Amino acid sequence: MEKRITTPLTLEQVKDLKCGDSVLISGVIYTARDAAHKRLCDLVAQGKELPFDPKDAIIYYVGPAPAKGNQVIGSAGPTTSYRMDAYSPTMIALGQRGMIGKGKRSPEVVAAMKEHGAVYFGAIGGAGALLSRCIKKAEVIAYEDLGAEALRRLEVEDLPAFVIIDSEGKNLYETGRKEYLESLR
Amino acid sequence: MREINAQDITAQVKRLCMEANSYLPEDIKEKITASEQAEPWALAKNILGIIRENYMIAEDSYVPVCQDTGVACVFIEMGQDVHVVGNLEEAIHEGVRQGYTEGCLRKSVVKDPLDRVNTTDNTPAMIYYDIVPGDGFKLTVAPKGFGSENMSQIKMLKPSDGLEGVKAFILKAVEDAGPNPCPPIVVGVGIGGTFDKAALLAKKALMRNTNVRNADPFYAQLEEEMLEKINALGIGPQGVGGKTTALAVNIEKMATHIAGLPVAVNINCHVTRHKTVEL
Ligand code: SF4
Repeated sequence: MEKRITTPLTLEQVKDLKCGDSVLISGVIYTARDAAHKRLCDLVAQGKELPFDPKDAIIYYVGPAPAKGNQVIGSAGPTTSYRMDAYSPTMIALGQRGMIGKGKRSPEVVAAMKEHGAVYFGAIGGAGALLSRCIKKAEVIAYEDLGAEALRRLEVEDLPAFVIIDSEGKNLYETGRKEYLESLR
Repeated sequence: MREINAQDITAQVKRLCMEANSYLPEDIKEKITASEQAEPWALAKNILGIIRENYMIAEDSYVPVCQDTGVACVFIEMGQDVHVVGNLEEAIHEGVRQGYTEGCLRKSVVKDPLDRVNTTDNTPAMIYYDIVPGDGFKLTVAPKGFGSENMSQIKMLKPSDGLEGVKAFILKAVEDAGPNPCPPIVVGVGIGGTFDKAALLAKKALMRNTNVRNADPFYAQLEEEMLEKINALGIGPQGVGGKTTALAVNIEKMATHIAGLPVAVNINCHVTRHKTVEL
């Protein structure tokens, strides 16, 4: 089913999202890759404030290419999510509701998603040119020294993604493949 | 002895870095379009359509197909009768520096694998030299993304593992990779040589046009068989299930030691990029 969602992403919205749903995401989202996640989690460990409020937030795992000409941002598709697995449970415990990336997640991340109510979206890896057109505004809010890996605040409109793992832990990488193979029998 | 100026090499490397990142090779585009048409699974078909639309946008607006504009792999095939006037190696790095900076490509290289500070100009390039007879000079730039590079595997099989062992290892690498390398993928396989030569063969296999099969009929058949087996796994585009897990399997092989059977599987994504020029 295709669903439109607008951030902030509340627990009620998350509960309504099911593995396999196609979604169009609009509103403010944040970008961070592993280097930025490491710094965020260091701040959490020190009891310091984060550069943005993680409550009901969506984090997009992306390191965009530089903007060219009058582009808002360069190509901006998802990076492989497992590099964030060490940090995501901490962020989810702070209220982060959504993650956008590609590829498998660890059992620890899925457990945190079920416990606190969070959802993992997959955007299409390698479709950076198309996805960048859904980004209407972009600004670096922290860790500028990390270049492409800096923490950014994005305003997005109808960013296409799929629910890969829902808040009940149901996983499209398992169910989709199984259903497809069964359809061949 | 033919002379080639280092500045000319810089200019070509720069151009190839920029073009390879925006224009997918014709064979890859054909394969994406053909698999979209042949894909029976609705969600998978839908994803392949978006992937096709994406490379068209990249081409039309001359922007990178993918934000991971890769580490620049540069293959030099240099005739032994060629003399480069100037510093060849520095000329290549300079071309990458200019291409990635002026072309607004992402700088994805860190200077030290453990210290991890970005070099900010995507240098150094990964350079591979082949010295061949004659006075030709062939230059290929292949930006390699690491989502797929990280899913590559190498194994020193035993001779007794034989053909079945090779097949099982290729399938294991694709299975382990699952959705991570942005399927549909292109699979480069190197069989034989030494530990390092097998890996190099696998990388070179990814440079071959995917419509061209191995010249040896046995290996050509193996390429087709493995493509069929991989696409029977059901992983599908982006791992959501479907027929299209791989667009092609390219295999290269060479002689090896009596005691060994090295096999390397270098995985590439649907953003398989390479561009060649002859000087
Ligand atoms: S694996 Fe390929 S398509 Fe995916 S993000 Fe990396 S370069 Fe892009």
